[in-house]
Amino acid sequence: MVERRPWLTVLSHAVMILGVLVVAFPLYLTFVASTQTSQAIVQTPMPLLPGGHLIENYTAAWNGTGGGSGSKAPVGQMMMVSLISALIISLGKIAISLLSAFAIVYFRFPFRMFFFWAIFITLMLPVEVRIGPTYKVVSDLGMLNSYAGLTIPLIASATATFLFRQFFLTVPEELVEAARMDGAGPMRFFKDILIPLSKTSMAALFVIQFIYGWNQYLWPLLVTTNEDMYPVVIGIKRMISGGDSEMQWNIVMATAVLAMIPPALVVMLMQKWFVKGLVDTEK
Amino acid sequence: MEKRVYFRSSWLPWVLIAPQVVVIALFFFWPAAQALLQSVQQSDAFGTSVDWVGLDNFRNLWNDETYLASFYTTAIFSSLVAVAGISVSLLLAVFADRVVKGALTYKTLLIWPYAVAPAVAGVLWLFMFAPSVGVVSYWLRAVGIDWNHLLNGTHAMTLVVMAAVWKQISYNFLFFLAGLQSIPRSLIEAAAIDGARPWRRFWTMVFPLLSPTTFFLLVINIVYAFFDTFAIIDAATQGGPGKDTAILVYKVYFDGFKAMDLGGSAAQSVVLMVIVVALTVVQFRYVEKKVNY
Repeated sequence: MVERRPWLTVLSHAVMILGVLVVAFPLYLTFVASTQTSQAIVQTPMPLLPGGHLIENYTAAWNGTGGGSGSKAPVGQMMMVSLISALIISLGKIAISLLSAFAIVYFRFPFRMFFFWAIFITLMLPVEVRIGPTYKVVSDLGMLNSYAGLTIPLIASATATFLFRQFFLTVPEELVEAARMDGAGPMRFFKDILIPLSKTSMAALFVIQFIYGWNQYLWPLLVTTNEDMYPVVIGIKRMISGGDSEMQWNIVMATAVLAMIPPALVVMLMQKWFVKGLVDTEK
Repeated sequence: MEKRVYFRSSWLPWVLIAPQVVVIALFFFWPAAQALLQSVQQSDAFGTSVDWVGLDNFRNLWNDETYLASFYTTAIFSSLVAVAGISVSLLLAVFADRVVKGALTYKTLLIWPYAVAPAVAGVLWLFMFAPSVGVVSYWLRAVGIDWNHLLNGTHAMTLVVMAAVWKQISYNFLFFLAGLQSIPRSLIEAAAIDGARPWRRFWTMVFPLLSPTTFFLLVINIVYAFFDTFAIIDAATQGGPGKDTAILVYKVYFDGFKAMDLGGSAAQSVVLMVIVVALTVVQFRYVEKKVNY
């Protein structure tokens, strides 16, 4: 604060509180709706204070006993699918990017820069611009409705490779020389020196990529047709496709809250790395 | 920049880079090449015969009014999302930068929506504005606005823009806050001593100094609006009413998977690729020479 202006401080707080309220309102309303009966929600306006049906709604959603039209798959199952895919995607991206960045920075081999640029160009090929043919490849390989189909096509990462490459380039060359002098081979150097040094970058990437994996929508929408393999984000969408009136909004909203918890937890608990990850991946 | 010291092995680097290369070859380059190929072909409904049609698919797109309308929709949608998202987050970041007490609490509460899946964001906003059960639509009716995004295209557009902006505020906010905090305090203090009031300081110093951040966020927000909002639109309006919120990405999906028009969808994919390449080039040119006013 440069100077004392009491009214400006009051205004700042007012704007921030207003901003937080507007941003938080959809979340609050979702939570309230998830604690009501579906009748209470349909009677407009719905109550704006939490009701007493929290446990039964969440149990119904979790076990998939919620009636109404649309999907009735148990949310517990879908959360599991989401969790497994998000973990495979985030850890897989980190693993294969670490390895390829290591190869590109610490070795000399033919087509080295060609591979680097090939990886880099994938930035310009998001799923949206090649959905049809990518779907065909996955279905030809028999990977529809499987974890492999849900995750492997999303596992390549130009940003992560780029980030690790930048980081490796800043690692002092004396470390390689020392390791070589001590008789350590490349993999030993990778495991005992590079990986421990990269821990912060890995944590930052993990937060970003976990959220990316958990929130995937278009891709799972194409490759999963079987309710057992729906990630929870798709499950919610299927639940509301039944129509406006007969929808069980309380169950849908309980599912939405459940679907938001894991990525929100990751962001909250790893806030420091989250901000670092956001800034780093955009460089 | 290159390392002077490196390891020698004729096979190890190939093994290390293989997983990434296999994935990108199989799921990125091969499909992209297929999309390019299909965009100059026309197959019949059963996939039994394939004809070479040259640029006909593109010509059809150009003459297709719904495609041009989708371009127009996308342009409106992405400019609204970018401008609204950037202005709101800049406002919040400027005030957050002033606040001393409780700054961390505000920040934590504002970065929340980043974690929410776009599809879930779409459902949340749909729920608030649903004509029959929504709380906000009820309030709007109380003040005389008959909200119905199922019938009114402007309402539907407003709804998806709000949901998309809501989802992106936290991202923009964090970048603006970082930008603001990197402006040297001494500059601002010097201006204050010279008698510049906060309003004047903001427009003559802070805003110009933030221009690199603003430009960067402008590109990022346009990319976001183009490609990452599919889920919001599919959940909230499904491109409707009519085609009023069918942005380009939604149309590629719809034509390819619902209407089964492979050639047309592939041609649209190619157009999208050109757009991504253009946006990426803009983004990286900027990274190389930081825009400063």
